[in-house]
Amino acid sequence: MRCRATVRAIGEAQSLCPRCEARLFVRRPHSLSTTAALVITAAVLYIPANLLPVMRTHEIFSDEDDTILSGVISLANQGSWPIALLVFFASIVVPLLKLVALGEILFAIWRGSVRNPGQRSRLFRMVEFVGRWSMLDVFALSLLASLVQIQSLALVQVRPGAFAFAAVVVLTMLAAQSFDERLLWDAQTRD
Amino acid sequence: MRKHVTDQPPPPPVDELPQALPDRRHRVRLPYVWILPAIVIVAGAFVAVHEKLAEGVPIEITFHSADDLEPNKTKISYKAVEIGQVKGIHVSKDRKDVIVEARIHRDARDYLVKDTRFWVVRPRVTGADISGLGTLVSGAYISVDVGHSSEPARSFAGLEVPPIVTSGLPGREYVLRAKDIGSLSIGSAVFYRHIEAGQVVAYSLDPSGDSVTIKVFINSPYDQFVTRDTRFWQASGIDMSVDSEGVKLHTESLASILQGGVAFQPIKGAPPSPQSPEDNAFALYSDKERAMREPDTIAQTFVMYFQGSLRGLAVGAPVDLRGINIGEVKHLSVEYDRDAGVLRFPVEVDIFPQRIRGRPRTDRGAGKAEDSDIGGHAMIDSMVAHGMRAELKTGSLLTGQKYVSVDVEKRPPPDQVDWNEHPPIFPTAAGGLDEIQDSIGSIAKKLDQVPYDRLSTRLMATLATLQDTLKSTDQVMHQVNGSIAPQVTATLKEAEDAMKNAKEALSSEAPLQNDLGSTLLELSHAARSVSALADYLERHPEALIRGKPADPK
Repeated sequence: MRCRATVRAIGEAQSLCPRCEARLFVRRPHSLSTTAALVITAAVLYIPANLLPVMRTHEIFSDEDDTILSGVISLANQGSWPIALLVFFASIVVPLLKLVALGEILFAIWRGSVRNPGQRSRLFRMVEFVGRWSMLDVFALSLLASLVQIQSLALVQVRPGAFAFAAVVVLTMLAAQSFDERLLWDAQTRD
Repeated sequence: MRKHVTDQPPPPPVDELPQALPDRRHRVRLPYVWILPAIVIVAGAFVAVHEKLAEGVPIEITFHSADDLEPNKTKISYKAVEIGQVKGIHVSKDRKDVIVEARIHRDARDYLVKDTRFWVVRPRVTGADISGLGTLVSGAYISVDVGHSSEPARSFAGLEVPPIVTSGLPGREYVLRAKDIGSLSIGSAVFYRHIEAGQVVAYSLDPSGDSVTIKVFINSPYDQFVTRDTRFWQASGIDMSVDSEGVKLHTESLASILQGGVAFQPIKGAPPSPQSPEDNAFALYSDKERAMREPDTIAQTFVMYFQGSLRGLAVGAPVDLRGINIGEVKHLSVEYDRDAGVLRFPVEVDIFPQRIRGRPRTDRGAGKAEDSDIGGHAMIDSMVAHGMRAELKTGSLLTGQKYVSVDVEKRPPPDQVDWNEHPPIFPTAAGGLDEIQDSIGSIAKKLDQVPYDRLSTRLMATLATLQDTLKSTDQVMHQVNGSIAPQVTATLKEAEDAMKNAKEALSSEAPLQNDLGSTLLELSHAARSVSALADYLERHPEALIRGKPADPK
């Protein structure tokens, strides 16, 4: 990718540019493998992200640990249904759907499925687009933690779950980025 | 470049492009990114194991109710250090209790022994103190007192009331036995010479239901003053006494008025003795006076048969020896004497002979030997022989309360203690109203003994004589009437006439009176003349001789 020359592919998996000797690939190298690794990591981290508390609220009378789900429930209990729904989708459903979608896509390519590459492609684009919205929770939390610092009265602390959650979001985004979309169509062309 | 760009010139034919060189240096291998899932999985496993371990030891605590307890919120603390958390609460199968499931940190595992105690700390306001105010805002928590046992346990019965004494506190626990709990409650203070020296820790009703066992904890260093000779008494409330010095109010402390209390002190003159071992039992007396009394270890029971009514005599009434209480009435009943066919009213009394102090005859005498005889049969026999009797006396005319008085009678009929009976019978004397009744009885008896029949014949004879006498008197009177009376009448008539005459003679119209008047008038004239003459003669004595000279005209 250095001299941007267009060269003819040879049948080899590994090749070099005849002009600048940069490594050349027909498809992004290890795209499937890298994406799979990232998706698996994200999937594993998804468990602590939801089980561990993401924040701790110190109030005068009590300390409270909140997981994402308990936060959603308390929001709903307080009557803030729209926010509860937003958080629920952005923080629980969307990451899960992303993981499932990426997993499904990867599985389909690995299996060599030829059906519906267009549909999978659309799905992938959606995953990519929606990915950044999952950071909503992380942003809200970082804002809260930095703003609510009235030492003895109220204090919001970030708990390990938040890091796991942020990692899930970042990893799924990276996975989406590392994925070479063309792989979706390769199976079809191979026939 | 994924986007199709249509306005660019069409790419040159593929054949014209330079061919890529084969790459032999780089080997096909797994991308580095696979480290990530490996790390995450390993770390996740590690964290999971750690969490599992940190979750702690599961325990179960049984409480009566789950008031103020919340799963995943209520802490378990030992000396205000968190050692665990309540994880779940559910009702026991028999629906009587609440079982609290909790996790105790692994490092506090050693605390979970058999006699470890758990209780809920809540705000508590009692008469004497206020505690757990912090929990008003922070919420209740479960506190722990670690036991001494080495036997591990995982399920515990929670205390409903916080323990007064935690296991670390130096001091000793003693057991008090009392008839009733009085106004004591858990936490009531124990005083030693008005210093708060401990607290009531627990109390329970004996299985028989007729006495109460109270546990007190005496803090160090006051526990060393609890010896064999220590007496405990109820120091609840106010003790008021009226004596010649005025009214005295006595109380251990203000708190003891509200909450009750126990006081202890060694009996007077007790020799110093070693500290009493832990859990020793003591009697709890109802007041200091009773507690300080010589212990009535020996009680001699007697039965007394009184003649009068027992109304006003109650169980517990004192047996009084010239104002000194030497015993008390134990039992009153009615018994039917089959042989005599009468009802008898035995009064059982306990006499504490130790309250009568033996005094040796001589100072050098063997006082000990004498002492040992106190309350013995010989002593009581000798006292009874000297006239000692029991009698019922009225203690208060207002209430009619009676007591048994033991005293030496002046001349009682000889009697003795019947030691053969069980309990022995103590001779009694009638006293007070009974005495009066008795003397009335004896008068009646004497009256009864009067020989009325013999007396009446004599009386009849006397009466006959009297009649004769009267008859003769009557005759005399007749005589008087017949012969003397007329004469008397005549004499009286004459006297009356004489008096009449005298009256007539003296009346103003009587001639005698008139004559007497004129005579007296003349006599007065005469007297005047004589007086004139005497006058004249005094002035003219010569007239006696010459005669009256002629008027000098």
